[in-house]
Amino acid sequence: MSFTSLFSIALGAILVENYILVQFLGICPFLGVSKKTDTAFGMSMAVIFVMAVASAVTWLVNNFLLERLGLQFMQTVAFILVIAALVQFVEMFLQKAMPALYQSLGIYLPLITTNCAVLGVALLNVQSGYNFIEAVINGTAAAVGFSLALMLFASIRERLEFAEYPKSFEGFPIALITAALLAISFMGFSGLEVFK
Amino acid sequence: MKETIQQFKNGIWYQNPVLVLLLGMCSTLATTTSVINGLGMGVSTTIVLICSNVVISLLRKVIPNQIRIASYIVIVAGFVSAIDMLLQAFLPDISNSLGIFIPLIVVNCIILARAEAFASKNGPFRSAIDGLSMGIGFTFALFIMSTIREILGNGSFLGIDITFGVYQPALLMIMPVGGFLTLGCVIAAMQKISNRSKEKGGSSK
Repeated sequence: MSFTSLFSIALGAILVENYILVQFLGICPFLGVSKKTDTAFGMSMAVIFVMAVASAVTWLVNNFLLERLGLQFMQTVAFILVIAALVQFVEMFLQKAMPALYQSLGIYLPLITTNCAVLGVALLNVQSGYNFIEAVINGTAAAVGFSLALMLFASIRERLEFAEYPKSFEGFPIALITAALLAISFMGFSGLEVFK
Repeated sequence: MKETIQQFKNGIWYQNPVLVLLLGMCSTLATTTSVINGLGMGVSTTIVLICSNVVISLLRKVIPNQIRIASYIVIVAGFVSAIDMLLQAFLPDISNSLGIFIPLIVVNCIILARAEAFASKNGPFRSAIDGLSMGIGFTFALFIMSTIREILGNGSFLGIDITFGVYQPALLMIMPVGGFLTLGCVIAAMQKISNRSKEKGGSSK
């Protein structure tokens, strides 16, 4: 393991394998909280934090608990419990320690439990056989990629309010078409490999 | 009986989980690259939905209100692990192509939404019917999406080539872009139809 391999994992997770636009993980918050840039920013920060910590904790649980005891088939159940507990803990911690941040994140914190990107990154870390540092880097970078796509999409969507389009496309359909165009631009990154 | 029929109508059309309620987007977009994958995902989700609805509805008086969401997730995760292992054992091809999206059924919003909105308030029989009708609605939406995407993107239906060498399939449609594009157009078509029937209903009155 070297610095370059970590860098290539990070770049891959942010651009090439972008969780939203290439792998379709975390579409619900992507469509749900992208109407305004400030809420999108709050959600992004919360997701980055939770995904980084979740990658670390699920890696520890998987390697020191599930594999030692031969309980790999309990992975899904164990991971979702860890994530739910973690989100709850983060919520309580922020409420006590950083009430201002807690206020601004509001209802987005509990929603992270059902964000498939969080469970997805935990499962993908195990499948790719990453070690502890690689898993944390991958989790953080994937969350940064998530935030990048979310912020881009939110800022486009704010302008969409002034655009003209057919009445049937009102609401979600036009947002999905916008997402499709954004996905086309991210296709440009496929095939990008650094130091391999 | 009338109620049961109404439930089916709601699940498949008026409250279709994907096309109207906009739930479960991740698996809808990711698994509809071919009809087989779409149906596999639809059927596995339906089975999980029926089982979890029945169990949650049976336990609805036992589960304390404060920790209900966590309890639902554990129940759902149990069934999902079972389905995951069954698919790996008996249908390894589908299990391989759906990959990570099978364990991700746990966080499919449709299942938690039905548990919270329906199964926690109704008896086991009606909850089973609700799970079945919502599951059929989900499978129906996946079927439409995957049919469009497979025909346009791969030039085949259920794996059988139907281009007859006449046209070149547009690979773009089975890539992520095609997923967003198809879902946007299908929902727009759905809104067009329901707007038109509303206008008709309004003018006849």
